[in-house]
Amino acid sequence: MGLIDTLLSRVIGKEVSPGDIVIIDVDTVYAHDGTAPLVIEVLEKELGVKKLYAADKTYFFIDHSAPAPHVSAAHVHREMRRFASKYAIRLFDVGYGICHQVVVEEGIVRPGMVVMGADSHTPTIGALALYSLGVGSTDAAIAIAYGKQWVRVPPTVNIVISGIPPRGVTSKDIILNIIGELGTDGMLGKAVEFNGDTLKHLSVDSRLTLTNMCTEMGAESAVIPLDEITLKWLEGKGVTPYRYVDYDYKKSEFVEEIVFEVDKMGPVVAAPPDVDNVVGVEEVEKVEVDQVFIGSCTNGRLEDIELAAKILRNRKVHPRVRCIVAPASRRVYVEALRKGYVDILLEAGCIVAPPTCGPCVGAHMGLLAEGEVAVSTSNRNFPGRMGHKNSKVYLSSPAVAAASAVEGRIADPRRYL
Amino acid sequence: MIRGRCWKLGDNISTDHIISGKYKFSAIDNLEAMLPHVLEEVIPEFYKKVAKGDVIVGGKNFGKGSSREHAPRLLKLLGISAVIAKSFAHIFYRNAINIGLPVIVAQTIPEVSETEDIIEIDLANAVVRNVTKGIEEKFKPFPKELMMILESGGIVEYIKKYGVPPWVRSTE
Ligand code: SF4
Repeated sequence: MGLIDTLLSRVIGKEVSPGDIVIIDVDTVYAHDGTAPLVIEVLEKELGVKKLYAADKTYFFIDHSAPAPHVSAAHVHREMRRFASKYAIRLFDVGYGICHQVVVEEGIVRPGMVVMGADSHTPTIGALALYSLGVGSTDAAIAIAYGKQWVRVPPTVNIVISGIPPRGVTSKDIILNIIGELGTDGMLGKAVEFNGDTLKHLSVDSRLTLTNMCTEMGAESAVIPLDEITLKWLEGKGVTPYRYVDYDYKKSEFVEEIVFEVDKMGPVVAAPPDVDNVVGVEEVEKVEVDQVFIGSCTNGRLEDIELAAKILRNRKVHPRVRCIVAPASRRVYVEALRKGYVDILLEAGCIVAPPTCGPCVGAHMGLLAEGEVAVSTSNRNFPGRMGHKNSKVYLSSPAVAAASAVEGRIADPRRYL
Repeated sequence: MIRGRCWKLGDNISTDHIISGKYKFSAIDNLEAMLPHVLEEVIPEFYKKVAKGDVIVGGKNFGKGSSREHAPRLLKLLGISAVIAKSFAHIFYRNAINIGLPVIVAQTIPEVSETEDIIEIDLANAVVRNVTKGIEEKFKPFPKELMMILESGGIVEYIKKYGVPPWVRSTE
């Protein structure tokens, strides 16, 4: 049993096995302005429910098109505010930041919880040793209305990462290397658990990048067991685990175990048109870049902005490049400001945007024209993801992104570190 | 019994292929307005060519990507009666069941089927047939609760009928 089945067994009060369909009380549910409108429609128009049993466990976020780039988004946002105030649902309005980041830093999701998020990157939060499931709007609506949902206990694959990350290799490079090996359907129908000594070298910021991108291998969920690093990070925020689970991965059996040697990895990018199209950064160094985006729920945290600032300090963004930096949350923004990173980025010629998903999903701010090329620290490079269907997105770490902003073409960050 | 004409698609059809994220916000309260864009990059003018009852047959990892539920809803609204694929992304799978769109995991049928073939699905007996090719395949039957949702035409219809979701009902 991996951590997820151990946790689910603990919550349900009897031992579960992969493949079992179980009914479970959901500890937290969240949705954003891409999915909440349909949640509201299902609850009010389709079901016409009067009472929401889990309203106090529900959180809404306005992060995808925030601030509203057009009138229909403004309309959607207004609907969310109306609904949230009617049912006393806590709403994080424009400017708070991206849902997966805010739930983590505000202590809304905590180790040991069972969480459903109406977004495919909900596995991000599994870095905090909890069970996360990304769902659609109707699923979220039912969880909000009844406080219960069905889940199929996923089989867990143990991904063991070992070794010290070499210079220029971030957790983004680690997970891209892994996806390159396993493919975009490599973990379909499974959950991923990360273990191994590399974790000792990865902060919570870095770990959230690992779990975030498990979605791109088809994983239903991702998790990292609780350890000293996470506990210390929680302590710094005055947060304690929600449920303690007695768990030791060394005593566990997994459906599969795959070992990755991090010390042999180098910086990589995922070239279009898919996330498993992973190549060493040196192989694409000639590709000219029109836009660089540093942000998203994958790499918009303080550590990412710090890394970008380190490379951009006393340098200039290449005249051909628009370099957009969007901190993942207001907290990240404020800290980046206090530490002087925002100054460095602005002086280098970056555009520092408010906390938003914006460019990541081609919702607003920085869409790509036909034929344009972007380097982005986000998680998807599908055709049309960031604009025109014939624009190209290369996914990378913040280090590769910042180095590329300087050189105006995809660049190896090791020259700057 | 579901019976319809096959639309054969490849591996890794994402929810972005089904409905691009750029339309999501401009027409949130009006699904109908999005219909012309369904699968537009895969099969141009799909919305004009598709007929009621048609079946989509995909490959691996059908419905990957964004959690947007508009994707299965739009397929259903266009008249698609079921999606068959070698594997599904789990959010798409759950979303489809929730709205009463049968999603069938099969291995042989996606290999042998071509667009325009006639496909039959017998949900109760868990059999899918390519009538044109004369090939049939058994699939893993749905758990009882999910079958009840499909039979009702979706979770919302189920709740309207019985008051609560099947899993709440079974624990009461
Ligand atoms: S930053 Fe991008 S991937 Fe993350 S939740 Fe927002 S739109 Fe989705």
